[in-house]
Order: sequence, then structure tokens, then C-alpha cells
Amino acid sequence: MVDRIAEPWGTRTPYARGTEWPVRIDTRLNDGVTPDDVDHWVPTASILHSNGDALDIAVKDGRMVGVRGRADSRVNHGRLGPKDLFGWQANASPDRLTRPLIRRDGILVETDWETAMGAMVDRSKELLQEQGPSAFGIYTSGQLFLEEYYTLATLGRAGIGTNHIDGNTRLCTATAAEALKETFGCDGQPGTYSDVDHCEVLFLVGHNVAETQVTLWERMLDRIQGPDRPKIIVVDPRPTIPAQHANVHLAVKSGTNLPLMNALLHELIAHDRVDNAFLDEHTVGYDELVSRVADCTPEWAAEICGVSAEQIREAARILGSTDRILSTCLQGVYQSHQATATAVQVNNLNLLRGALGKPGGGILQMNGQPTAQNTRECGANGDLPAFRNWANDAHVQELAELWNVEASSIPHYGPPTHAMQIFRYAEQGSIRFLWITATNPAVSLPELHRIRSILAKEGLFVVVQDLFLTETAELADIVLPAATWGEKEGTFTNTDRTVHHSDKAVDPPGQARSDLDIFLDYARRMDFRDKDGGPLVPWHDPESAFEAWQACTEGRPCDYTGLSYEKLRAGGETQWPCNATWPDGRERLYTDGDFHAALEDCESYGKDLLTGTAVEPDEYRAMNPNGRAMIKAAAHVPPAEPPSDNFPLRLNTGRTVYHFHTRTKTGRAPQLAAAAPDVWVEFSAPDADRHGIGEGDVVDVVAPRGSVRARARVTGIREGIVFVPFHYGYWDAGDQHDVRNRAANELTITEWDPASKQPIFKTAACRIQKVADADGHTAPAPTTTASRPRAAMAATTGGRDVEVTEEFGA
Amino acid sequence: MKIDIALIEVHDAETDLAQQLLQVGERHRADHDVFHLTRTMSGWATQRLHRLATHSTTYGVPQDPDTIDRDQDRGILALVREKGAELVGHRPEPAILLLRDIRDLHLAAARASLGWTMLGQGAQAVNDHDLLATVTACHPKAIRTMKWTVQKMKEASPQVLAS
Repeated sequence: MVDRIAEPWGTRTPYARGTEWPVRIDTRLNDGVTPDDVDHWVPTASILHSNGDALDIAVKDGRMVGVRGRADSRVNHGRLGPKDLFGWQANASPDRLTRPLIRRDGILVETDWETAMGAMVDRSKELLQEQGPSAFGIYTSGQLFLEEYYTLATLGRAGIGTNHIDGNTRLCTATAAEALKETFGCDGQPGTYSDVDHCEVLFLVGHNVAETQVTLWERMLDRIQGPDRPKIIVVDPRPTIPAQHANVHLAVKSGTNLPLMNALLHELIAHDRVDNAFLDEHTVGYDELVSRVADCTPEWAAEICGVSAEQIREAARILGSTDRILSTCLQGVYQSHQATATAVQVNNLNLLRGALGKPGGGILQMNGQPTAQNTRECGANGDLPAFRNWANDAHVQELAELWNVEASSIPHYGPPTHAMQIFRYAEQGSIRFLWITATNPAVSLPELHRIRSILAKEGLFVVVQDLFLTETAELADIVLPAATWGEKEGTFTNTDRTVHHSDKAVDPPGQARSDLDIFLDYARRMDFRDKDGGPLVPWHDPESAFEAWQACTEGRPCDYTGLSYEKLRAGGETQWPCNATWPDGRERLYTDGDFHAALEDCESYGKDLLTGTAVEPDEYRAMNPNGRAMIKAAAHVPPAEPPSDNFPLRLNTGRTVYHFHTRTKTGRAPQLAAAAPDVWVEFSAPDADRHGIGEGDVVDVVAPRGSVRARARVTGIREGIVFVPFHYGYWDAGDQHDVRNRAANELTITEWDPASKQPIFKTAACRIQKVADADGHTAPAPTTTASRPRAAMAATTGGRDVEVTEEFGA
Repeated sequence: MKIDIALIEVHDAETDLAQQLLQVGERHRADHDVFHLTRTMSGWATQRLHRLATHSTTYGVPQDPDTIDRDQDRGILALVREKGAELVGHRPEPAILLLRDIRDLHLAAARASLGWTMLGQGAQAVNDHDLLATVTACHPKAIRTMKWTVQKMKEASPQVLAS
């Protein structure tokens, strides 16, 4: 029995390069329940992070009583992280929404489905009549199922006919998608998790994998403790767990990832650690990169990034020593300054080393949410379904034929509107109907006072579909109670393209309905028709929706045609593409330089990385006539909002291992809630001394847009940076936060990456000021993770009721 | 030789472009991408003016590369424009003004671009390699600004016109 709050990564099973990662089956059952008591084990995968860990839900007497990792899963080999072991309990929370709500005289009151859907449809028809499709915005999630996104994209793009559809994936994974499109012409994760088994170097750029993808880190850690440890390079301003294990830890200043990458590329080129044969055969654009980084010496970057030139040289030496480099990026890149430009340079690094499509030589541009990959694939965020190119008329025509509508009725006269612009249109009053599903923008978007004022705006009809009365739902006109994971059937795809089937284990509470049922009901009530008068959305359940999606993917890079519910059920997880050529799925993309970058095939012609201007098709043809991988260079520009006398520090927001998103689920699982119960603020000892602040003191973090009040945690973080976790909102704020000063996004700036349109959460200017003494308290931050304190104090443990069984396989 | 005429034309066009970019950004403070990108691109225009100024002496043109009022010491008028933009940012009218401003930026960038074309041709005709190198380095970024205005017009106009 292991306390998996105290030990989030469980027990080690070291293994050697090129061997199989040993199985360890993690099981968590309610007190008093033994495996023999369980009525059914229902196969699914994790929904509280992007890793896609396969697991079974234990069901007894119609209720969830526990979970068990699946030993046969290629992803997790039986392991589960703390969020999976305990988070499922949130399904049975007493405050689940069980009936629709409608705003009457300013107050949300309970109603029935007929009334709620009727009000929604009446308003929709009015607005279609009055203004047309431009009045509608749809803001969805990275946490629904594939079938739901595809249905939403179909009814939104071809039914309503709006171009304003995006997901909160804009905040988590938009840059991953954009960087893959810039380099490879098309989205699609090149690498696979088993690259960990084969790599000689792990290059983790802004990716605190120990906290964001627990079992992926366990796999890395088991290699690290094995006989032939890979070398590790970590780029992160915080002293993360991976940084502790790094050969080189580059704790760069906020907003300086790009100059660091340019210097690493400069070093590889200067010392001729470049695979010229690979570049000649598979890429275009190398010469431009050479001239762009010619002056980017380690000394130049050291000055900007605040790390030593020797560290940069050492990192470059390691990266230049092998082609078995596994490079990964996450929010430290995607939510920071020059996000796409940086992620593209990470792709470039692997291309220069020929580290692509080889066991251990690959790229993982990570996702932040469990089903973000499907949001991207299904056309629910910024691209057309199945990676079709909105600027390619032939792709739009394919979609029109699939849906049996005129191509002109699918808006494609400009790029699909991104989330921040959707909220801008709502602010200006041109979007008047905003449908928000499974996400909580009133906590997760930047500059919250602005977001709240938009959602509360007169004349904006807001529909929120969720499990709980979130901070966002409180501002809605209609609230629809949704069924969630374990209460509905569907499929979803993780970061490394593994498709999982998730079965229904228990009934949803009260009148809650699956998001798919709600979408289908709306489409039916709106009477959306194809051009022959048939229903636009002819499918009626998860499996028929999946089949419609399969038809949509035929011949596209994310080909699902070789899959079926039958094949996926009972642990038949498979990586896409899965079709006649790859009947068991394809582990690594681009093993033979077979990119989807030809003009006719590509998902995007690319963008100017600094201005976001789209590349025209003729320019694209001239630049990349043979559909190769594209090496794109970018120059460093300083971040907006430079620190000033008044705001001398840089704000960095992020995550902890015990929570997900805005804690709607993890905050309702007692073990997880107790491990990280409230917001804290992290900074370095020198900054603490300068301000006369000690561990546990109450501090205000002040930015030009708002402030956050929290207890101080003094850590080994880089000087000049203030870290605040973004998970905490107001539903459980208690009386400590009677004004809006708990959510990190009170502080963040409204700014986004020009290419990926991902908001920048990691460079705003701020200051800290002490409000009160610790009075015997320490910060409510975990001691087990990147937030571990410099001062001695009691460690984070689970106390009672956290025991997890680990069984070790052969 | 009348290279000075071309130098003055490019100088005037780029000065005007740099200033217009800043002012448009200030007027559309609540359109955050417009605000941030116009500031970046105004900085590029200023860099081009500095580079252009290195050729002034050769052709007897007076230098004034610091005419652009930007960054830290933004004038009171600029702050008034920004504050005003924030206050009316929730109303639909500024969206229409944005289209007009994007059009004007496009014309200013096109003027600058054409000026660089003219100067580049002149530099070749008088065989001034340094001047040609300046044109080769600077002209693409002027074009980049022009392309951005086209992109922004494509993105912004459907919603303004359909709503």
C-alpha cells in the first residue's frame, strides 16, 4: 500500500534502453471494498490530463467505487496518477447539476429540459432571422468526446453556419497544433510514448512533465533509474522535479525561450553537428535558419536569457551527441512569449539532428487536456474537420459533399475565429449568443474582470453546459446539466494519437444528459437540413456519430477508417492513422519523410510567425514544391509589458500535480483538495528577503489589471519570477476572498501569440507586497513538487484514506 | 543624380507609417492584437529609418531619425486615445473605424513599399552597393506590414459588415 499523495509517482520499476517498460498495476478502491466485491470493471481512460492512461472503473451496486490501471495499455502499463486514483469521486458530488436552470428576473431557477431547450432554440431562431450566423459563438472544451466535437462542428459550421467556433484548447494546445502545421504542413503528433524507452537524450522545454503527465514521467524516471540513463536537459524557471534530475537545467528568464533555442541551433550549426543528408532529403528552409542564427552565440543568448553561456554550450554538446533525442514542449513554451516561433525551433532542432521517426528520436508537442486532440481533429477549434484546410477550396468541397450541403454554406472566407476574438466580438456586441460547453472561462481566460463583464453583458445570451454551477455558469442565461466521463459512451484520443473507447459505467445524476444528446436535440429542434431536405445531422448515438466521423477522416492524416467500437472496446486502444495501410495503427509518423505538406494535402499554408499573416498558396508552392518539412526561422523580440519600477517582477502561472483545470472535479475529491487546498504564491529567497517576506506570510500580488491575495511559498524558483497556480476560482473560496482576488487570471494580460492565437499567461509584469504575518501558517502548497519549500516543514501526505495498491507484473 | 529625392520620399513614407501604426494601436487598445502588433511594426519602421539615415550624408539629405515618439515617454494625447479606446471598446462603432484605419495603414505601407522599390532601382542605377543592401534588408519588412493589413482586413471585415 502506497500513499500516492505523498508519493505521486509511486514505486520505481527501473528498466534499460530498448527493453519493455515493466507493468505496475495501480488500484484504488473505496474503504472496505475488495476487488472481489466489484460487480463490473468498465474500460475507459483518464480524463483529468492529456496522457490518456487506460483504466477500468470499478462499479458496485450501480455506483463507482474505484479505479484500476490497465496492464495491457501501451500508454501507462497499469499505472495511474493521483488525479486518476482519486478524481473520479467528483462524479458523485452532492452539488452536481441535476436539472436545467434558466434566468428569470435576474436569478437562475430550476426548470425542465423542454423549457430550457425551447428558450435556447427560440433565441437562436430570432438571431438567425435578425442578424444571421455571425451572431453565434461556440466555445467548447478539451474534455468532451470525439463524437461530441464532431457533432458540434457539423451543426455549428454547416447548421448555424458560423465561423466562430473554438475550444479552450486555444489555451492549452493551439501552439502545439500550429507548430506542427508550420513545420510539417499538418497537425499530427510525430512521436510516440515508447520513444522514452529508446531515447538517449530527453529535451524537456517548458514541460513540467512530472506534474502534468504523471505516468509519462514515471516512464522517464524508470529509465533514469535504469542501467543506461538518458541525459536530460530541462528548460524551466522553476525547480521542477525533472529539473532536479537534469544534466543541464536552463532556468531562463520569462519570455526568453526563443533566443535560447536560437543559440542552441547556432551551436549545432557552428560545430557541424547537423545531419546534412537528412536535411537535403527531407527539408526546405535550412539556409535561412543558418543566416538567422548566425549571430545568436551562447554569449548573446546568455545575456538575454540569464543563464550561463557554458550551460548553453553543454546543452548543445549533449544534443549534438546523438539522433535519439526525444524533445517535448508544453505550457512553458505554448503559454509564453513567441510561443509558436519557439515550438517551431524545437521541431527544427530535431530536424537538424535527423531525430524524427526513429525509435527514441522524435518530437512530442504535448497537449494540455485529455481530448484536446479531438477538438483539433474534429474542427471544433480553428480548423476544418479531419485537418482540412479552410483556404483550400477542394478541402471545403469534400466537406460539403460529406455533409451534403453547398460549399458556400460552410464559412471559409477567413480563418475560423479564435477564442479571444470570439470574446472580443461578444464584448463589442456583434456576437449575441455564446454557447459554452465543458469549460470555465470565468476562471481560465486572461484578465478576468473583463471576461466577467463580457459574460454578464446585457444583450449577450449565454448558454453553459457543465457538471457544476461553475463561476461561468453563474453568469449564464441557461445552464444545462451534463453527464460526464463514466456516465456516457464515446471515444477520445490522447497526445500520442492513441484512441480509447470509454464506456458508460453508471447513470448520470438526476436529469443530466450527455453533451452528445444535448447537441443532437438542439440540431433536431433547429431542424438543420442538408441540401436535399434530409437531416444535416443524421446520426443518433455515439456509435453512429463515430461512424460518421470515420467517413470524414478517410484519406486524411488522422484516418480512423480501420477502427470500430468493437475493435476499441475492452482495451483495444489504437494509434491513428488506422486504415488498410496501418491496420494496427501507426506508432511513429514521418518514418520515411512521408509528410502531409504538399500543397493539395496540407492543413495550412503556414503563417508569418511574428505577425500571423497567412502564407498565400502560390507562395507556399514556391517555398515547398515537394511537400517537405519546413525549417522556419524567427528573430527574438522582447515581450510586451516590460517590468517597470511599479511592477518589477514577472508573473508566471501554472499547474500542480494534484489539480486539473479550474478544479471543478479535483477540488471535489477530498484527497486532492486536501493536498493543495488553496492558492499560494511562489518566489525566490532573494525576492523574499528584498520584500521582508517569509514562508506563510500573506501577500498581495498586484498587476496593472488586478490583484491576488495568497500565502507566500519561498522556493528555489528563478529570481524575479512570481508563480501563481491558475486552478483556484471562487466556488470554494470561503470568506478569505470576499473580493475577486483568488484566481491567477485576475492578473494576466490580454495578449496572444500572433500565429497560434494562444493567450500568453507567463510574462505579465507584477509586484508583491506583504499584507500580514504568517502567524504560524505555511503556504497551502505541496512540498512534493516544484513548489517544495526552502524552509523545513511538514511534508504533504495523504493522511488517512489514500492507500493505493501496486501490483508488479512480469 | 536625384537619389536624394527617393531617400526623402522613403523617409517621409516610413515616418508617416511608423506614426500611423502607433496611433492606430492607441485608437484600438481593446483590440489587443492590433495594439501589440502595430507597436511591433512601428518599431520595425523606426529601425528602417535609422538604417536609411546612414545614407543621408552621401546624398546630402538632412537627418532626423528620432522624430517618432514611442515607447516609455508616450505623450498625453496617446494615453487619452488609449483610455478612450478602452472606454468605448465594448461598443460596435470602433469596429467600423478599425476597417478605415486598416485601409489607411495599408496605403501608408504601400507608399513606403513603393518608395523602397524606387530607391532600390536608383541604387542599382548609380551602382551604390551599400544603399542596395539597405533596400534589400528593409523592403521585405515594409511589405510584411502591408500584407498584415490585408490579412487584418480579411479577418475583421466579415463580422463588421454582417452584424
